[in-house]
Amino acid sequence: MRRSTKAHRLALAATSALVAVFMLAGPTLACAGLIGPNGAVNLLRTTTFAGYHDGVEHYVTAFKFAGGGGKFGSIVPLPGIPSDVVRGGDWTLQRLVRETRKQLLFEADLRAAPAASGAEVLLQTRIDALDITILRGGGADVGKWATDHGFRLPPDSPEVLDFYAQRSPIFMAASFDADSAKARGQSIGDGTPVHLTIPTENPWVPLRILGLGKTPGATVEADVFLLTDHRPALLPRPGLVPGLQLAHSDAASDSLLADLRSDKGMGWVPSSAWLTQIAIDADADRLTFDLAVDASGKDTPSMVAAGFVSPRPPAPATPPADLSRIGLALVVFAIGAAFVLGLMATRPAGARPA
Amino acid sequence: MKRRFALSSVAALLAAIMVWAVGGAVLGTSRSEPLHVEITIHYSHYEPAAFRVPAGRPVAIVLRNTDPIDHEWIVGDAALHERHRTGTEPYHASRPTEVTIPALSTITTVVTFASPGSLQYICHLPGHEAYGMVGTVTITP
Repeated sequence: MRRSTKAHRLALAATSALVAVFMLAGPTLACAGLIGPNGAVNLLRTTTFAGYHDGVEHYVTAFKFAGGGGKFGSIVPLPGIPSDVVRGGDWTLQRLVRETRKQLLFEADLRAAPAASGAEVLLQTRIDALDITILRGGGADVGKWATDHGFRLPPDSPEVLDFYAQRSPIFMAASFDADSAKARGQSIGDGTPVHLTIPTENPWVPLRILGLGKTPGATVEADVFLLTDHRPALLPRPGLVPGLQLAHSDAASDSLLADLRSDKGMGWVPSSAWLTQIAIDADADRLTFDLAVDASGKDTPSMVAAGFVSPRPPAPATPPADLSRIGLALVVFAIGAAFVLGLMATRPAGARPA
Repeated sequence: MKRRFALSSVAALLAAIMVWAVGGAVLGTSRSEPLHVEITIHYSHYEPAAFRVPAGRPVAIVLRNTDPIDHEWIVGDAALHERHRTGTEPYHASRPTEVTIPALSTITTVVTFASPGSLQYICHLPGHEAYGMVGTVTITP
């Protein structure tokens, strides 16, 4: 069942990036002008699938080799600590695309994707040419870890990392060594699938991160595949917000489930499930939310998981005023008030109203 | 009438002192002392994004970067900024008007603005200017 035909590669390429991509930059690339808006590099692209069954989210994403040399990286926010990070199966993602996009197989779009840390390292592993690190920390911690490890984060990353860290301080940093990929014989378009097993009661799919580093006016095009026990309730509801469309929603076919189950690490796929595909075509600056998924059948997707409600107040943008200055202000005010009261107390009697 | 004027004057004076004490960005007690300006960089924006200083006085500018990424504070005229948009200097430390502030750090630079006018301060790291890392310093006579 291994799918390696050109058609399937094209279909895979048609799905859009689902994680933010950064270049691992050398120190000589710090000033403007040395790289173009998208970098004089090839950006890798990914495809993602989120399955949820028995309280476990199975997150499968593929990091694609897009040619060129050097190192590239990406950071993916996660809803929980993975219990396992392994190489994913070979055809899961392709099979999902085929299930929902048969008519587009030969209309594939090969455009390139637009282009001292306090973080705790929970897990490190290498999969093919990918170095995977699972981190726990606040937005600043993870951002600092990333910059210390050669990731050149875009200017919107501090706010976006904080956005995610407030809800789940778990991130996956993936460093893709293109030279190593070439040495391994990987061709342009080849993907390295990664399968994360994440026990969580609160599955969600990161969407806001897709707009990271995009220039104003850029669009985000992506597909999210969900496989759940029941028809999921989603927030925001596709179709009700600009840029999100419900492209597929139906009981998964027996053949799909059988194919998925036969892939490496996919034995968890149940005998019946619901397949949902959300197509994203949104302005990057309007994609300020995530996709909350309630697969329990209770129809209560979380406002917090969708990023509409912050679980705790955001950190103050500016430091509190200097206490000594406030104290000085109070002293001056007290003296002034005493002066005014003194003036009022010495008013001549004739000036008082009758 | 005089008493009302006196009360109004005192109230205005108090208000001015309060504003200065609580929220003023520029501090300095005499012409011989450097003025102080604090600029916080948060979420890749300058706060404040505008301030005023007099010409000819040294200004100690404290640049506090709360972000986990590096930033720049480069102040000058349009020609200077145009050069930096295509520049190749990776790190700025030799000129007081061109400063790199590493992630989560604070840098102080002292600048004397010679003549009145208006200058912009910009971060020229890739994408930062377009993201809004732009501010204006107005130099008064």
